[in-house]
Amino acid sequence: MTTLDIGRHAKSRGRLDGWSGRTIIGVVLAVFVLFFAIPIVWLLLATTKSARGLIVDHPFLPGGLGDLAANWDQLFGFQDGAVTAWVGNSALYAVGALVITLVASIPAGYAMALTEFRFRRLLLVVTLIVMLIPNTALVLPIFLELNVVGLIGSPLSVILPMSFFPFGVYLTYIYFSTSVPRDLLAAARLDGCTEFQVFTRVALPLAAPIVALVAFFSFVQNWNNFFLPFVMLPSSEGYPIQVGLTSLLASTPAFNPSSAGAQSVQLPTLALATVISVLPVLIVFLFAQRFLVAGMTAGGTKE
Amino acid sequence: MTLTDKAARAAVTSHGRPSGGRSGDDKSAMSYGFVALYTVLVVAFGVLPALYAVYLAFTDGDGGFAGITNFTKVMSDFRFLPAVAHVALYLVIWLVALVVLVAFLAIVVHAVRVRWLSKTLRLVFYLPGALAGASSVLLWLFVLDPTASPVSGLLHLFGFTSFVQVIVPANLPPIFAIIAFWTGAGGWIVIMYGALNNISADVIEAARIDGATTVQIAWRVQLPLLRKWISYMGIMSLAAGTQLFVEPQLLSQASNAVVPNDYSLNQLAYQYAFQQNDFNGAAAISLLLLVIALALSAVFVTRGGLFERG
Repeated sequence: MTTLDIGRHAKSRGRLDGWSGRTIIGVVLAVFVLFFAIPIVWLLLATTKSARGLIVDHPFLPGGLGDLAANWDQLFGFQDGAVTAWVGNSALYAVGALVITLVASIPAGYAMALTEFRFRRLLLVVTLIVMLIPNTALVLPIFLELNVVGLIGSPLSVILPMSFFPFGVYLTYIYFSTSVPRDLLAAARLDGCTEFQVFTRVALPLAAPIVALVAFFSFVQNWNNFFLPFVMLPSSEGYPIQVGLTSLLASTPAFNPSSAGAQSVQLPTLALATVISVLPVLIVFLFAQRFLVAGMTAGGTKE
Repeated sequence: MTLTDKAARAAVTSHGRPSGGRSGDDKSAMSYGFVALYTVLVVAFGVLPALYAVYLAFTDGDGGFAGITNFTKVMSDFRFLPAVAHVALYLVIWLVALVVLVAFLAIVVHAVRVRWLSKTLRLVFYLPGALAGASSVLLWLFVLDPTASPVSGLLHLFGFTSFVQVIVPANLPPIFAIIAFWTGAGGWIVIMYGALNNISADVIEAARIDGATTVQIAWRVQLPLLRKWISYMGIMSLAAGTQLFVEPQLLSQASNAVVPNDYSLNQLAYQYAFQQNDFNGAAAISLLLLVIALALSAVFVTRGGLFERG
């Protein structure tokens, strides 16, 4: 583990410094790398195997493209293309809620950080409190509420509650109150901007990093949400893919022996479904790592 | 220093802030416009449901005042205490593992000086975060099934030869903790790494000159400076952890009810609402969960100095 710098300046002073310390740290790191990486690598390989190959072959040997195609056909043939509909639903819910979240929370965070109005403090305090409430805790009362207005089962019953995202408002609020000087806005006003123009022409262009950050958190959370759609959507046609996975699981004889039949799902097909269910988030994740750190620690850097 | 700190400070000092000169009617009218949509959402999906839950928890099925009977009813339910024990055990294992290992891994990865290696490590730790909820549970069903598992050798080593053996009730809290850690730890490691980058090099250098070893620097300098981030992680994870639902729900389905469908408190609330049509009982459980989550958060806030200045 010559790559580790641990203890370079203080060799042999502490127990974990020096050669043996570095070896221990290296081994520990390797164990964690395996822990985090093996399930994903194995899952990707599993999609290229036949049901028999998955059990018989070496776990880390890839299967063949023919088996991948067969798994693909079985997955998308499940209940006459239900999986396609579920992925479409997920996209509709996640993106729909994301748009409303951005339209609602960016201006709200801006107004709370940089303008004055009555109830500003109240709104801020309420935001901090509701942020701490786990969002599944309110699902049952929201169900009853939407039941009264007859929205249960409609896409709105999922999109509207998801688009309430106080954490996004909070992030925006912090960003504007720490990173955008009030003088800048005052100067724009002196130049004759209306309040609306100050926001759209000055504040919004400066807020690109925080818009990206809020969009990222909102999209990931919406796409992965299970409990809300599970409660709100009674019929299988409306499921997002996350809830649809439970239907696939229930049709997998390996886990549910009573399900053997014409519509049964093999293990590699279930693995493929898992990969497809996370693909959009995985792609977003690959691009997001950099600004995730920048955004989470932005404004809080210099004391 | 940190995000939360800034926010708290901004919230505390905001009342004394100048309003920027003009305070014309058009200006605050526009502010109302900016917050209008969000306010509607807060009221509809934050405040109203919370109040409604409180109302339901203290009334009976006909809307009459019920005092604390809903609470005594759910608490004396034979499924209640086991569910509390399950969730509590899971939370303890998970939170301890999360706090200790995330801080440790972040500091170690931060000490790696080779850039590509440090970058790769962070990416490997962080990518599983993309598999949340049902997807990660499904993946772990595979991993824990000795017939198909990539680590079947390891499972056999522990004496497990069938899926049903792996998921006996006593094993579930650590299993859920492992799944949650696998999914959630990487994001926090990346964030802690970012926070460690913000510690000025001068501070570390000064400690070295004073003769501190790497371990001492980690323990005496880096860890205390991470304290607020660790509290923040604790609160967020705790709030989410008390709501345990999808993991036992899917496992119950996959195991043909070897894992009961009332394993966690949230599942019990769901059973009350949709199997027994007892929304008052369900609301009482939700409210208990909420109070517990807020109380435990308060511990993290006060002990972790989350809202202290400086």
